[in-house]
Amino acid sequence: MRYLPLTDTDRSAMLAKIGAADIDALFADVPAEARLSGPIEGLPLHQSEMAVERHMRALAKKNLAAADAAFFCGAGAYRHHIPASVDHIIQRGEFLTAYTPYQPEIAQGTLQMLFEFQTQVARLYGCAVANASMYDGSTAAWEAVAMASRVTRRRRAVLSGALHPHYVETIRTMAKFTGDEIADALPTIQGSPDITGLIDRIDDQTSCVVVQYPDILGRLTDLAAIAEAAHAKGALLIAVNTEPVALGAIKSPGELGADIVVGEGQALGVGLQFGGPYLGLFAVRDPKHVRQMPGRLCGETVDAEGKRGFVLTLSTREQHIRREKATSNICTNSGLCALAFSVHLTLLGEEGLRRLAAENHRLACLAADRLAGVPGVLVLNDSFFNEFTVMLGQDARDVVRRLTDKHILAGVSLGRLYPAHDALHEGLVVAVTETTSEEDIETLASALEEVLA
Amino acid sequence: MNAPNASGWKPGTPVVGDAGEGPATSTGNRALMLEEPLIFEIGTTRTTGVDLPAANGSQNRLGSFARKGEIGLPGLSEPETVRHYTRLSRQNYAIDLGLFPLGSCTMKHNPRLNEKVARMPGFLDVHPLQPVDTVGGALEVINELAFWLIDLTGMHGVAMTPKAGAHGELCGILCIRAALEARGDAREVILVPESAHGTNPATAAFAGYRVEDIPATAEGRVDLEALKARLGPDVAAVMITNPNTCGLFERDMKAISDAVHAAGAFVYCDGANFNAIVGKVRPGDLGVDAMHINLHKTFSTPHGGGGPGSGPVVLSEALSPYAPLPYTARTADGVVHLIEEESAEAFSAEHFGGKMASFGRMSAFHGQMGMFTRALTYILSHGADGLKQVAEDAVLNANYILRSLDDVLDAPFAPSGPCMHEALFSDKGFAEGFSTLDLAKALIDEGFHPMTMYFPLVVHGAMLVEPTETESKAGIDQFITALRSVAERARAGDESLKTAPHFAPRRRLDETLAARKPVLAYDGPCTPGGKPAASEIGGQ
Repeated sequence: MRYLPLTDTDRSAMLAKIGAADIDALFADVPAEARLSGPIEGLPLHQSEMAVERHMRALAKKNLAAADAAFFCGAGAYRHHIPASVDHIIQRGEFLTAYTPYQPEIAQGTLQMLFEFQTQVARLYGCAVANASMYDGSTAAWEAVAMASRVTRRRRAVLSGALHPHYVETIRTMAKFTGDEIADALPTIQGSPDITGLIDRIDDQTSCVVVQYPDILGRLTDLAAIAEAAHAKGALLIAVNTEPVALGAIKSPGELGADIVVGEGQALGVGLQFGGPYLGLFAVRDPKHVRQMPGRLCGETVDAEGKRGFVLTLSTREQHIRREKATSNICTNSGLCALAFSVHLTLLGEEGLRRLAAENHRLACLAADRLAGVPGVLVLNDSFFNEFTVMLGQDARDVVRRLTDKHILAGVSLGRLYPAHDALHEGLVVAVTETTSEEDIETLASALEEVLA
Repeated sequence: MNAPNASGWKPGTPVVGDAGEGPATSTGNRALMLEEPLIFEIGTTRTTGVDLPAANGSQNRLGSFARKGEIGLPGLSEPETVRHYTRLSRQNYAIDLGLFPLGSCTMKHNPRLNEKVARMPGFLDVHPLQPVDTVGGALEVINELAFWLIDLTGMHGVAMTPKAGAHGELCGILCIRAALEARGDAREVILVPESAHGTNPATAAFAGYRVEDIPATAEGRVDLEALKARLGPDVAAVMITNPNTCGLFERDMKAISDAVHAAGAFVYCDGANFNAIVGKVRPGDLGVDAMHINLHKTFSTPHGGGGPGSGPVVLSEALSPYAPLPYTARTADGVVHLIEEESAEAFSAEHFGGKMASFGRMSAFHGQMGMFTRALTYILSHGADGLKQVAEDAVLNANYILRSLDDVLDAPFAPSGPCMHEALFSDKGFAEGFSTLDLAKALIDEGFHPMTMYFPLVVHGAMLVEPTETESKAGIDQFITALRSVAERARAGDESLKTAPHFAPRRRLDETLAARKPVLAYDGPCTPGGKPAASEIGGQ
């Protein structure tokens, strides 16, 4: 077996040193009746690298890869070009096969990278401090709600109607068990988000208002107005961003007054991967909230010779110290995805991020204008970055199905996201990135002309 | 798995004239040991390593939200980027460099076939919300992995979506709470042994339960009689790690489960240490109701410097109906279904007699797909025979280390019998004033990553050594020699231990300063040409 270096000679010598008659003697504490007598049934015996690769390749081929289609899916996961050096760097064994930097003297590579990552995220979000990552955007959103309860000592969270429904469900599930009250709503099908309606739902029992920016329909929301209303009632504003590339073009949530900014970092460096592993981002605008944050934090310090170095810090918030009094139960986070994000963002730099964002926006505008010319298509959004919603006059799920047959992945239907709400079923969320060609846009538009005719 | 700065170490005067110090260099570098500044000290906001068209701003649908002003993100060209991260990488210890005996973390070799497979376009370049009929292969991967996880654990079902071990714990506890609530039986307490991972009590508290300790015996196992005495109608569940964090198998596991079930409660098993028993014994046969499996431990997906992990939870028949959405299931016709909010009710009625009552969604999308492909690749590579050998070699290696060192290191539970996949030592017998931390830092100088320190909490100055099965005997012998040497120095009171490590990229770091004056982000504009890190005094 190629992953096991011990030989039978080694095993005999080691058993002799231990003073055990055979390997079973080492399993003596396992009750005999529970011990399996031979290899587990059903599972085949070991296989060569070649054989396993063949099996897995056959499974991979049963999926339609985005590159093999005209591709417009977004709604929380975005396809961007990842520079080749990103994957090279994250596959270096020193990053790939290291663990949480418990011994900082021999983990400065990971720690410095995390310090750089935290700074990049904080700047992108317009915040003071970001942590070393969470599992993904949805769990980060829940952690933010839980944190707002700790900070405000209130337990009623108001969710914007245009927050990603998977995020809503995640928050709602967790809240069922913690006793937080969740006030959610459906998205309103109109060109701009219903800010007045949202503000009306904030009262003096509200711990936080959770708003996605850009929202699930791709619209841009006036966070500043919501922040003002939330703060007036003593509530925190939590901004959720699922497309970090957007922040190369639009104002940061922190700048607009959000107190906690969380999001999904997948769009930079990580790739689609059928939904995971992804990268939860978590930041706070005001440093006074740092001690209520969940997750790991990397901080700067000095070593015994006075040289700058980095360590995990403020661990007294965390489960391995505080146990049942910790701010979260999170332990392992998304270290390698954080590295991928950080490398991609370093390659881009501010100039590259702005160009990338501009190119996304240019193509999205092109697509919106072209689709608006298709009979039966209504482009809903007054504003958008690289994603917008079209109303098709019929159940968008059927349209998506018919376009799939033509190798067009036309977007994410609102029926998929909100199955229980018929009023939304004509909506289709269309995402356009730098990987979308003008030809793809034309392919989608002409196919829609055909299908909707 | 360590308490920070457990020894109360404070920065002191460096020892002058350490072996190998040599003359100062003008760069602060020492040959292959290269200092590297922060990206903010070498990059500029105008530099980019990606070719993209210049923005012309002709179209704008951003309304009044267009960003003005500088963000402050430094960029580097591609060569500079590769060099920056390559230099950083060389300041890390990793499994690829040597034995990484971090107890409870199962730092085994990460097969590169897994990486290759996970990057096949059909897995890597697939969107989670593509139409279900375009992702049949992805669903088959989830289902096939789920099938083998059920098979290997002897359980009834598995929730695949939890994103790491602690998330899996939460999933299991929420299933338990949902099951109790479904029978109108509100309970308030979860019992957790003192030796448990910190995530256990944190999870129980997060799920709204009060946590109480379970006493342990002098042998390092759960005290069955004390547990029985505490069980009652207020106890919702017992969380047990088996093999436990002392590296011992809970001999009374079946009796524990029976007692817990008799009291109307559930058994949660922390599966962090499943590597010791995979293919040898099935938790389902021991009465476990829920157990998370860290795919990044037992099933070799890379630890990545702190994640991503993956923590599927195997469930008993009583808990399976409450598993979180989405889940995949294969029906009698062989078709693999993705069950989301949309289809859950109808699917349950059609195939499960209406018994599915999911407690909800724990995260967006479908779980850690990239880890599923790797774990499935690993399971198929090893097969039934290989996985059994994995457990046997892991346990053999740990016992070999235990018996090779129990003359120089106190092994509190060794007299009671063999250990499982990790050997536990204490600091008893060290010279006055010498700690586990000193020994660990000296081990760094010997070229090894230290073991887990100060955990479990039930042993003074604990050192938990988990070699895993992917080490050669020669490699383990070398580690034993090194550990023996530093243990002897700790017993003899060798002062140089207190200033170790001497040869790492950094000497001991001041964790107290980091916590007292937190500097959690680089403060200032991008300033290329700034001095290299080594010449600066941080912690302003």
